[in-house]
Formats: sequence, C-alpha cells, structure tokens
Amino acid sequence: MRKVVQSHATEFALFVVIAIISIVLSFITDRFFSLGNAFDLLNTSSVNIIFAVGLLVVLIAGGIDISFAVAASVVQYVAALVLGWMGGGGWISGLLIAGALGVLLGAINAFLIHKFRIISIVATIATFNIYFGLLMFFTRGVSIYNLPDWLTSRVVLFEREMADGSWIEVTLPVLVMLICVVATWVFITRTTTGRQLYAFGDNPEGARRFGINIGAMQFIAFGWLGLMAGIGGLIQAHYAQEVVPNALYGRELDVLAAVVLGGARLGGGKGSVLGCVLGVLLISITQNGLNLAGVSPYAFKMIVGAIILVAITLSNTSIEKLLPFMRQVEGRK
Amino acid sequence: MTGRESAKGGQKPLLSLRNINMTFGGVKALKHVSFDVLPGDVHCLAGENGSGKSTLIKIITGVYRPQDGAVIEFDGQTYSHMSPVTAQNSGIQVIWQDLALFPEMTVAENITFQTLLGRWPRFVNYNGMREKAVKALARLGVTLDVDRPLKDYAIAQRQIVAIARALVGEAKLVFMDEPTASLTQSETDRLLDIVRTLSASGVAVVFVSHRLAEVLEISSRLTVLRDGALVGVYSTEGMTQSRITELMTGKTFDQTVRARDVSANPVVLEVEGLCRPGQFVDISFTVRRGETLGITGLLGAGRTELALSLFGMLKPWSGTVKLEGKPVHFASNRDAIAAGIAYLSEDRLSLGLIQPQSIADNLVIASLDKIAASGLLSDGRKRDLVAQWIADLGVKVGKQEDAISTLSGGNQQRIAIAKWLATDPKLLILDAPTVGVDVGARAGIFDIVAKLAQTGLAIILISDEVPEVYFNADRVLHMAKGRVVNQFLPADRSLAEIEAAVYA
Repeated sequence: MRKVVQSHATEFALFVVIAIISIVLSFITDRFFSLGNAFDLLNTSSVNIIFAVGLLVVLIAGGIDISFAVAASVVQYVAALVLGWMGGGGWISGLLIAGALGVLLGAINAFLIHKFRIISIVATIATFNIYFGLLMFFTRGVSIYNLPDWLTSRVVLFEREMADGSWIEVTLPVLVMLICVVATWVFITRTTTGRQLYAFGDNPEGARRFGINIGAMQFIAFGWLGLMAGIGGLIQAHYAQEVVPNALYGRELDVLAAVVLGGARLGGGKGSVLGCVLGVLLISITQNGLNLAGVSPYAFKMIVGAIILVAITLSNTSIEKLLPFMRQVEGRK
Repeated sequence: MTGRESAKGGQKPLLSLRNINMTFGGVKALKHVSFDVLPGDVHCLAGENGSGKSTLIKIITGVYRPQDGAVIEFDGQTYSHMSPVTAQNSGIQVIWQDLALFPEMTVAENITFQTLLGRWPRFVNYNGMREKAVKALARLGVTLDVDRPLKDYAIAQRQIVAIARALVGEAKLVFMDEPTASLTQSETDRLLDIVRTLSASGVAVVFVSHRLAEVLEISSRLTVLRDGALVGVYSTEGMTQSRITELMTGKTFDQTVRARDVSANPVVLEVEGLCRPGQFVDISFTVRRGETLGITGLLGAGRTELALSLFGMLKPWSGTVKLEGKPVHFASNRDAIAAGIAYLSEDRLSLGLIQPQSIADNLVIASLDKIAASGLLSDGRKRDLVAQWIADLGVKVGKQEDAISTLSGGNQQRIAIAKWLATDPKLLILDAPTVGVDVGARAGIFDIVAKLAQTGLAIILISDEVPEVYFNADRVLHMAKGRVVNQFLPADRSLAEIEAAVYA
C-alpha cells in the first residue's frame, strides 16, 4: 500500500483534496452529494478531459501547446461546413473529418517546432493567434446553428432514476471521453512508442543517442493532441448544439492548469492519465459545488486559482512530509 | 613508441585500431594512433582534455569516421570505419559520463531500454523487461527495486544501472567515461568489484579517465595519448600516478610541500563548536591571514556542508563564527559576501559559472557594485576590471565577450576564482577546485592559491584528494562523519600515512 501511494503521490494527493472538497460541499449544499450530480459532472467535464489527455502527451514529450483549443474551434467550424456541404454525414464521417483536421493542425505545430527549432510555447502562441485570427476573419464571428440533426440530438446511452430521486444518465460525450482516456493510457504506458515519448521528454539527449527519431516524436505528440482536439471540438459542438467561433477561446489555460495539477511536468518525462483526469475533475467539482452553493460566478476563477496553488504546493511537497506515517522509508539520496 | 608492449602471450586482441587519423577544421585531433584491447582486459585510456581520448572513442563507436587508411578490427571483423548501429550490434557499449539515463522511468525500463526502440509501436512486455533487468543486475551481484523510478536512486546506483544496460546489449567491450568522478571511495570500490566481475566473464572494460588512482589498481594495461598522438602502451604494474601524469603532460612536476609557518599572523576566522546535526558536529578551528587551511575527508564527511554554513547558505544550529574577532551571523550568502567571505562552489559547471554567458559577465557577477557608475553598469569599468584579472591570473582567453564554455576547465576555474577575488574577500573557500581540471592545469591553480596566500588572504582548501591538501595547505584538518578527527602539519607526516588514515 505504501509503495502504491508513494509511486502515485500526486494522484493520491489529488484524491484526498477531491474527497475533502466533496465533503465540505456536501455540507454546504444538499444537492451536491447525489449520484445525479456526479454523472452531470462527468457529462460536462468530458470535453475538457479529452483535451487534457491530448495535452498530457505533448507535456510528457517535453513540449507545450497553447493553440489546441482554438484549433478545436477551427476544426468545429470547418467540420460543420464540410458536413453541410456533404449533405449531412454521420458520427463516423464526422469523427474522421474532425480527427483528421485536428491531426493536420497539430502537425503544423510539430513542423514549426522541429523544422525551425522554435520552442514549443512560442510556436504555439503564434499558431494560436494565426488559427484564431483566420477563424474570426473568415467567419466574421458568425456562429453556425444549423447543424445536422445527428450532431445536435442528445444520445443517451444509459439512464435510470435512482433511489434518492436523482436522475442519472450517461451520454455519448462520456463514452467518447472514456475511449480517448483508455486509448491514451494504452498508448503512453503500454506501447514502445509511448515509452519513447516519455524517454524523449525526460532526457532528449539520451534519447537521441539511442537513435530515437526526434522529429517523429514531435509529430506523434502534437498529432495525438491534434486528434484529441479535433474529437473534443466535435463533441463540444454536439454538447452545445451550436458552433460559436470563440466558444473554446481561453479553454487552453484551464486545461493546461488541470493537467499540470494532475502531476504532468512542464519540461517533460512526467505525467499520468489518471492524474490528468483527476486534475480536470477537481476543477469541475469545485466549480460545480460553488455553483450549487450559489457563489457568484465571478468568484469562481479566484477560488479555482487558489485551489490550483494549494494543490500544486501539496503535490510538490513530498507526501512523506505531510503524512507522518509515511516517514520511515529507507532514506535515499 | 617507447614502452610498447606486445600482446600478452600472443593473445589476439578483441579490438585493434591501426593508423587512425582525424582532422577537425585543419586541426589534427588524432595522428597515426593505434590502440589494442584484449578480451577481458581492463584497460586505462589516459590523456588530458583535448588529447584525443573522446575523439578516439567516438571513432570506435561510429560517431566519427576516421580518415582513409584506418583499419578497425573488432571481434574478427575488419572495418574501415564503424557506424553507431554496427558498433552496438557487434557489442561495443559506452557508458557516458552523464550516463544518458531516464530518471523518471523505472530501473527496469532504463536497463532494457533497447527493447523499447524501433520505429513501429509494439506493446511493451513489462514482465520480460523486469526479468531481463533483474538478471542483468544479478550478473553484477546487485539487487535494486526494478519497479522504482531511477530518480529514487543515487548516482552510484545509477552508474550500476548504466552498466547493467550495457550488459543487456550483449557487450563485449565497455567504455566507461570518467566513471568515478562523482563516487565516494566505498562506491568506487564497489564499482571496481563489478568491473572485476565483468572482466572475469570475458567482457573487456576501458576506463577513460584523468583520475587514475582508483582504476590503476585493477587495470592491467594503460594507453596514454597526448596532443592526439600515442605516447605509449604500458603495463600498469609498478606504474605510479605521478609517472602517468608525466606521460600525459610531458612535463615533470616536482611536488613539494608548500606549507609555511603562519602562526604569528592575526586570526581571520574563528569557528567554535559549530553544529548542524546530521551533517557536522562540534567543529572548531581558526584560519589566519595568509594561511591555507586544508580540509580533507571522504565524500559525505560534511566538508561542503561546513563550507556552506560559513558562507551563510546553511544555518548552523549552534556554535559561533567570528570574523576578525567579531561574531557574525549570516542570514544569507549575501551577508557573507558583504562580510568578506567568498566560496568557490564544487560544482563549477552548474553552480559556479553561467556557461552560455561571456567571460567578462561571469567574472563581474559577484562584484557588480564595483563597476557601477551612479547606479548604472559601466562597460568601460567592466572591461578594465576583467582585463586586470585575466592578466593577474594568467587566463588564456580570446575575447572577453566569448562564452565561458569556450574555455578549458583550468581556465574556467581561474575565471571562477577571479570572480570571487573581485569581491575583495578576506577569506576564500575553495571547494574541490580541481574537479574537471586537467592534471597539467591543476598546478597552475595551486600556484595562484599560493600567490593569493602570500598577499595575506586566508584560504580554506577543501578536497577529497589528500595529495592536493598535503602539498598545498599549511595545515590540514581531516573530517570524517561530520567531525574533525585529526589535524596535522604536512611537514610532520608522510603523505602515505595520511592517505592511509583518510581512505581507511
């Protein structure tokens, strides 16, 4: 047990923080601690979790991406136009188109970073502005409400009324999110390419000496994030039942904060899917709880900021220091 | 080629290089070098920085391609040049000084990293990796928790992981680049045991080092390079370190005890009963004007922690420090610098100098107030100050604006010393000042130390190499496990006696 807690210190700390916040919120509001609300949370967090696991892969490979959220907006818009021009389409063609567009936009980032040796934060700030600028210029900020029916109609995969009277349902975004989460987990922990990404982020020079193809690593990492951004973009359009060009603008920083909160290291080599999911959930739970407690939405950002600071401090301070019973571990270093 | 030894008993060499030439931009890095390693041989490749050691390794491992006419024979095959892939596939492995490991990944992944390579994704076989890793470690007689991330282990164990990785790669020949540089004595002993095990199982090991004392005892042969040319191949039997130094530098160093009697000088620093539990206890000593006090002891004896406490970077729990008779308490090293204490860090590369910045900027960084005119930095003053120190310490530089990383280790160290001298210190603490400095350049550093002492500066010289303090300090403290266990004057004792006590 001790070993498990130690090797997953961040995830454990997040879990504890989530538990504490949940308990506090359940005292403040009577609706928070219901299954119905838990599933609500899952439904609303799906898009952010999809983005987060994509961004995680880039962070593990030692990069960072600011542009993925507006890239997702571009994908939404272009996909909606293409689907309209195709005369409808369906979920399969929709996901294929959105995924392919996302990979393309991610590959542009990787190309700039690898070919011209631009550090990823600078390259993606540039593409962030370019993507968003192009989108606003060509759309003149006009939203699309006239989406195909399959995209806007809610797909409920499971629903039931619980004993406590709350209504639970699992919708399509949750299923897509679960697939993305599992796929990312398998990719980064169970495949050789995923482990090469870790190694590359951890020690680029060491990876290079082993003959790992650095360019390929960049394309795979940013391509994966692009894929997730594309899928997430389409799912967000489905969830919102409209395409608003600036709907996702600013989402990148929320997701980045959640991923870093989940233990991913800016600089590479570190981060887990579980931590990443917990990071997103922690922020959603807080927002949801504050909402139910009737706190002004204007205070949300402030409180979420404070929680990020506290959680990061907790996970950086080694868990042994916080929990006395963990202390007598054989001393190393 | 004096001292050339024919291959022992007609044994066929595992690796044989002939007629290796290499030129970089008109500079001949290697001139007609030949090099032989026997199967199961433990071999030293010695030479100063720039002597061609690393170029030679890079040719053997296929990173560089030698000029035409080269003959490389390895394990019965003849090549005109190697490629990284052929070198690895035929069993040549290098353990680089920086180890090239992945700290966030597990021990098992690090050891069997080669199984993770390949262009197309495959599923990772963690159980297989674990088994392979345990087996490789067992061959070395070591057990580590292979599921822990590597960062949980200290440098000595990481080195073992790097060796285990070479074994998984079916190594027949392993190069170790400066393997003992960051190890304590007992860790070094363990490493040498492991090398013996390897050698007994038929793997040849080549040490590339300029710290040869430790590896000399287990290696059978020695190849010395100087200025890109082969000096000779020698049997290590009866070889002494000073003889190797002569071969490497082509100069003879007469090492004489420099100690002087300074007991009449006024006391600069007086330390009494200084404690920092877990690191050092009850430390008392004095340093006088013009005195060089040596502090020696094994890695982990508490020397560096003591120095950092004097420099205000660690807080002692109890005890007093008096500077020129007045008690001082430093809240930070800024206070210590202002009071006249300078500390040359043992880690010059990452802490002592800012590598990408210029020589001039590095030199003035601790004394910016001296080159400021009415609040703004004056380029003219900076230039003058830097020029003066460069001349005083005899640093060989091109331009002041060149990056510090373009200088050799010895010259970098001179700049680091100058940086502190520019603050006008009363007490200069030198922590391992010759780490990463060539043997030939070390004497130059100590000449500077002696000159500084003559001007009245009080100096604390910390080193884990006993000869350094023995020959260059006026008085030596021996620290072990956080305590001063002995104090002696170099003139009263022989070097061997003291080395025996310290390395015991």
